[in-house]
Amino acid sequence: MQGLVPTATDGNMATEFHNLQELRHSASLANKVFIQRDYSEGTTCKFQTKFPSELESRIERTLFEDTVKTLNNYYAEAEKIGGQSYLEGCLACATAYLIFLCMETRYEKVLKKIAKYIQEQNEKIYAPRGLLITDPIERGMRVIEISIYEDRGSSGSSSGSSSVSGSTAR
Amino acid sequence: MSAVMITRKVRKWEKLPGKNTFCCDGRVMMARQKGVFYLTLFLIVGTCALFFAFECPYLAVHLSPTIPVFAALLFLFVMAMLLRTSFSDPGVLPRALPEEATFIEMEIEAANGNVPAGQRPPPRIRNVQINNQIVKLKYCYTCKIFRPPRASHCSICDNCVDRFDHHCPWVGNCVGKRNYRYFYLFTLSLSLLTIYIFTFDIVHVVMRKYQLSNQREQTGFTVLEVLVCFFTLWSVVGLTGFHTYLISLNQTTNEDIKGSWSGKNRVQNPYSHKNILKNCCEVLCGPTYPSVLDRRGVMQEDSPVSAASAAPSSSSSTNPVPQTTVRTHTHINLNIKSRAITEGVGEK
Repeated sequence: MQGLVPTATDGNMATEFHNLQELRHSASLANKVFIQRDYSEGTTCKFQTKFPSELESRIERTLFEDTVKTLNNYYAEAEKIGGQSYLEGCLACATAYLIFLCMETRYEKVLKKIAKYIQEQNEKIYAPRGLLITDPIERGMRVIEISIYEDRGSSGSSSGSSSVSGSTAR
Repeated sequence: MSAVMITRKVRKWEKLPGKNTFCCDGRVMMARQKGVFYLTLFLIVGTCALFFAFECPYLAVHLSPTIPVFAALLFLFVMAMLLRTSFSDPGVLPRALPEEATFIEMEIEAANGNVPAGQRPPPRIRNVQINNQIVKLKYCYTCKIFRPPRASHCSICDNCVDRFDHHCPWVGNCVGKRNYRYFYLFTLSLSLLTIYIFTFDIVHVVMRKYQLSNQREQTGFTVLEVLVCFFTLWSVVGLTGFHTYLISLNQTTNEDIKGSWSGKNRVQNPYSHKNILKNCCEVLCGPTYPSVLDRRGVMQEDSPVSAASAAPSSSSSTNPVPQTTVRTHTHINLNIKSRAITEGVGEK
């Protein structure tokens, strides 16, 4: 541990930031995996739950699948076409969409929930295993980017570090 | 004060590739050629100004004061829809970062196998099954991504746009997933406004004739308005009708022109709900999709990539943490070192 703790501007996020900073300070990026979109049900946002081979030694299959399935559920909730979306659409149209200047859309609310969920998953499950999930919105909702870090330090928080880069298809 | 760089905040829109122009510090996004858009504005505002100046006083007194009030509301709605269509992000898909592009290239090579030297490699196409229909996803060489279904690359704006409908010079922007409903409401309300002004111009002329007044100069402007409305009517009403037809079938102009779902080879539109009402509801009352561009996010040159939503950021938007662009393996290590130096000073 290099003991370089940033003076956090947001006090309540200091601890989480500290842990991920540790990861980035002590590890170096080995590889990235991109989970692609699943278009089998149309253009709604859904990601493939197929477990990538690069993560086989890093994380349990069920944990990964749970994360992706929860994300898919969040996106389905955001894009659901039903009573609430009609109401929102009609109300917004009646105000010539000016209401969106002061009100947050349902989609934006769900995106905030997703951001929180990903942060929580990163802290609890992925960072201890030397992985980091990037919010899909930062990649144009095309992919879920998972960064695989090789642990350079002696903390041993990830297993089989040097063998991971060897097993990836390059 | 500190070792932190004293440079002005660079927002992400300044570094976006593509041929868009941005205004108001990234809040407004349009295509490069805006001449026809100014013409549209001039025609609408000019005609309405003439209507309010010359027709409305007479009609308000002799018929009803609600006539100019309704015209004003309609005019404001038309302008709101036009500006919303022109200024918003149509649904641009950001280009792939280098790592993602490399990953896709590797997948393509793995899928193609060994191509003998001298032979052209097969076209980059991915087949997906949507609602029991095979849809081909094409690879975009500019954006280095496989385009999602219904997305297309606009050569004028040099961007891939999701659910690409067409590039409209009259609104000075592409029409895509995010602004299609505003575009449709614009054409619809403009049709109504045109019909409204046209009708009341005729009413005005007829009423003046019966009053046998000699105010010739007043009718000059009326004739001008009638002319503009007449030519606008045919085009705009026709366009509204065309888009109503497309919406009821859940098709885009792009697909219609290319004949993607015209029925030959038993290909049917996999996105249609086979129910006109459902299709209309999905397009017009569906969720309001967010922009994935994050134009107003601040570029953080000194932070490592793939910082998930955990890091506190200085960005002003409600979106999650802004991302940096190009990064390689060695860059990460250098960034960590430089960050260590700046943080060692203990200032942020």
